[in-house]
Amino acid sequence: MKLLRNYLDQIKPHFEPGGRYHAFQSVFGGLESFLFVPNTTSKSGTHIHSPFDTKWSMSVVVIALIPCLLFGMFNTGYQHYLSIGENPGGWLMFLYGFLSVLPLIVVSYAVGLGIEFTVAQWKGQEIQEGFLVSGMLIPLIVPIDTPLWMIALATAFAVIFAKEVFGGTGYNIWNVALIARAFLFFAYPSRMSGEQVFVRTGSTFGIGKGQVIDAFSGATPLGQIGSAEVSPRMTDVLGMPLDYWDLFLGLIPGSVGETSKLCIGIGAVLLLVTGIANWRTMISVFVGGMVTTLFLNVIDLTPAMRIDPLEQILLGGFAFGAVFMATDPVTSPRTQAGKYIFGGLVGMFAVLIRVLNPGYPEGMMLAILFMNSFAPLIDHYVVEASIESRIKRKEIYSKL
Amino acid sequence: MTQVIKITKGMNIDLVGRPRAVTKPAISSPFYTVFPEDFPGLTPKVAVKEGDMVLSGTPVMYDKNRPEIKIVAPVSGRITAIRRGEKRRLLSIVIEAERRNRYVDMGPKVRSLTPEDVRQTLAEAGLLALIRQRPYDVIADPGTWPRDIFVQGFSSAPLAPDAEYLIRGREEDMQAGLTALAALVPSGYVYLALRPEHAAKGLYYIRRVHALIVEGPHPAGNASVQISQVHPVSKGETVWTIALSDVLIIGRLFNTGLVDMTRLVALTGSEVNEEDRAYYPMIAGAGIAPLVRSRVSEGIPLRYISGNVLTGTQIASDGALHARDNQVTVIPEGSETHDFLGWIKPLLTQRNRIVDARVKGGQRAMILSNEWDKVFPMDILPEFLIRAILAGDYDKMERLGIYEVAPEDFALCEYVDASKMELQQLVRRGLDLLYKEMNG
Repeated sequence: MKLLRNYLDQIKPHFEPGGRYHAFQSVFGGLESFLFVPNTTSKSGTHIHSPFDTKWSMSVVVIALIPCLLFGMFNTGYQHYLSIGENPGGWLMFLYGFLSVLPLIVVSYAVGLGIEFTVAQWKGQEIQEGFLVSGMLIPLIVPIDTPLWMIALATAFAVIFAKEVFGGTGYNIWNVALIARAFLFFAYPSRMSGEQVFVRTGSTFGIGKGQVIDAFSGATPLGQIGSAEVSPRMTDVLGMPLDYWDLFLGLIPGSVGETSKLCIGIGAVLLLVTGIANWRTMISVFVGGMVTTLFLNVIDLTPAMRIDPLEQILLGGFAFGAVFMATDPVTSPRTQAGKYIFGGLVGMFAVLIRVLNPGYPEGMMLAILFMNSFAPLIDHYVVEASIESRIKRKEIYSKL
Repeated sequence: MTQVIKITKGMNIDLVGRPRAVTKPAISSPFYTVFPEDFPGLTPKVAVKEGDMVLSGTPVMYDKNRPEIKIVAPVSGRITAIRRGEKRRLLSIVIEAERRNRYVDMGPKVRSLTPEDVRQTLAEAGLLALIRQRPYDVIADPGTWPRDIFVQGFSSAPLAPDAEYLIRGREEDMQAGLTALAALVPSGYVYLALRPEHAAKGLYYIRRVHALIVEGPHPAGNASVQISQVHPVSKGETVWTIALSDVLIIGRLFNTGLVDMTRLVALTGSEVNEEDRAYYPMIAGAGIAPLVRSRVSEGIPLRYISGNVLTGTQIASDGALHARDNQVTVIPEGSETHDFLGWIKPLLTQRNRIVDARVKGGQRAMILSNEWDKVFPMDILPEFLIRAILAGDYDKMERLGIYEVAPEDFALCEYVDASKMELQQLVRRGLDLLYKEMNG
C-alpha cells in the first residue's frame, strides 16, 4: 500500500490548482479519498470523529443491494431459459443474466458519475457519494429489456433535474432513481410495462439463442391481476400457478432487482442493523399497505380488491420500494413521527394505485414520489407540534 | 432533597488514558495567559498596560458595556504581552509570574450572605465570569438574577476527571461555595448534579441545595440536559450554570478571602505515559509545557487539548490551560496516517480506544437523519434547530428551543455526524446572533 500511497503523493501536485491536470482535481480527490481515508484533522469543534461517513453509509446501501442484484441476474437467465424451454444449468443462467444486467449498471454509473464528476469539478467541490446508490438502484428497478440509451437518457435527466439543480446530494426533493424510472415510465410507457419487457427472450452476446415456446406469457403476476376478469390467478411464464413461496423467493418475471423478497429481506436486515435505514419508515410502509388491502378486501368489488394483504406486499416492487427507496433519508421526513406518517401513506397509496387504477397495476413508484413531495409538509407539522408543546410546557411550569 | 434523573439517549466514548486517582506535585509555569475567548458574551476592554505589575485577583480586563464584569489575573507578576489579532481584536494577555504568588487582599473573610453582597464579592473577585447563564451560554450577567443555579457536579465527557476525587479534601470549600451560590437564589434552588455512586455518601445537604442524581451515558453531565429534566428554561428566564472546580474556587474565596485559581488538572489521553496520567494542581492560564514535557509519547505528531476531546480547545505543546478547564488531553494527531480503504471498515475499528484527530470523511449536506437524536437527550429537534441557525431564522431558533442549549450539547452529534458538520460552532454562531439581536 505504501507504493500506491507514494505514487499518489507523487502525482498529486499535477491535480492541484496550477497543475497540468487541475481540471480533474475533484476526480483525483474522489479517487484518493476512496483509496485512503483523508488524513485531514479537525481544525475546530470536536477533536475526534466517529469513523462513519457518508461514503461508508452509501457503501452499506450498495452492499445491501448486492443480494438483489445477484439474484436478479440469475432470475434474468432463469426466466429466459424458461421461456425458450431449455435448462442449461444454474451457472449458464447466471452468466446470461450477468451479461444482460451488466450493461445496464455500466451505463447507469457511467452517465450518472460522469455528470456528478463534472458538476463537482465545476463547483470546485468534493465528489459526493450519493449517486453510488442511485446508480445501483436504477438498473434494479427497470425491466431487463430496457434499451441502454433509455437508461442513459433517464439517468442524465434524473441526476441533472432531480438532484443537481437542487444543489446536489442531500438537497433533492425526490428519490433520484425513482425519477429516472418515472421519466422512462412517462416517456416510453410501452417499454416499461406489458408482457414484452420483463423477460428477456433474445440472446445476449451470443448466449441463450432459442425459440420462445408457445405457452409463453411474459406478464408479471402483478400484470396478471390488472387484467384478471373474475378472480386473480397468478401464473409463471409457462402458465403454472404461483404460490406465496414463489412470490417470496422471486423466480418470477419483474424488474431486475425487485422479485426476490428473500434477498430484499437480507438487504433490509443489513440496513437496519447498521442504522442506515430507519425501521419506522420501513415498517410503516408494510403496515400501511396491508391495512389498506384489508380495507379493500372488505369492499370487494373487483378482482384486484380480492388480493390478500400478504400477497399484496409480496407482489411487484412493493417490498423493494419499502426497503430501499421509501427509506431514503434525504427524501423522506426527518422527524421520527413524520416517518410513521410518511411510511403509512406510501403503503396506502401504493395499494390504492394498484387496485383502483385499471391502466397500470404498479403503484409503488408513484406512491413514493408523491409522498416525497409531501415529506417537508409532514415535517412542518411535526415540528409545529413540537413548538406547541414547548409553549404549553412553559404554561405548565409557570403555574407551579 | 434529592431527585433522580435517568438519561437513556447518548453514548459514552471509551478511550484509553483515564487519570489515576493520584495527585502529583503542582506544576508551575513561568507564564500565564488570560484568553478573552474563554468568556463568551464578554466585550473585552484591557485594564492594564504591558509592563504593569498585577497581583492574583487584579482585574486585567473588563466588559466594555458592563464594567462590573471583571476578568482578573490568576497569578501575580508582570504583564509581558497584550496580543491582538485582526482589527485589533484582543487575543490574550500574558503575565510573567513572580516566584511567590501574591494576592489582592479581598478584605476579611466574607460573612454577610445577602444576595447583593455575594454577587458583589464574586464580581469584584472576577469569579462571576466563571459562571455561565442560559439563555445564550454566555458569562453570567450581573444585572439579572437567576431563577436557579445548576452546578455540574460531575462531567460525563470522555476521560473527564473524577468529581469525587476533585472534591476529596476540599469539602469545606465545596460547602462554602454552595452556600454562597444558594444565597444568590433566595427564591430558587441550587441544583447539584451527582452520579449515584457519589451521592450515596450523603455529602453536603445545605438549605436550598437540591441534589440531582443523574444516571445514564454522556451527555448526562451537561447542565442543559439536567435543566431540561428539572425545569426547562423558557424565554425570559435566566438560569446560571457552574462547574464543580469553579465552585471550589468560589468557596475558597469565601473561606480565605483570596482569589486562588488553583485547580486539580487531570492529564489524560492515550499519548500520555501511563504512570503520568494523574492529577496535577495548576493555576488557570498556566503554560502546559512543564506539564507535558517528557510525559507524552515521542516520534508521532500529537494533539494537545485544553479540556476534553469533544469540547476542548486545541493548543500547542507550549500553549496554555484555558480558564475553565480542569483537564488536558493528549491524543495522536493522525496527520501521518493513511488508512487504505479505511472507510469500508468502521465496524471493525469503531471499538478502537485510541482515537486520533482525523475527521475521517468530507463535509457533506445533511444526509442521514435521526443520527443526532440518538445522542441528544432533550425534548428538542436538533436537526431543525441547526437548520434554523443555518437559515439565520431568529424566530424559528427561539421556538425550537435554542435558549435551552449550549454548544457543548451538540458535541456528541458532531462526533457521530456522518456529514461531518461543525455543529458546536454553528450553535455558538446561532446563540451569538440571537444575543446580539436581543441585547443590541
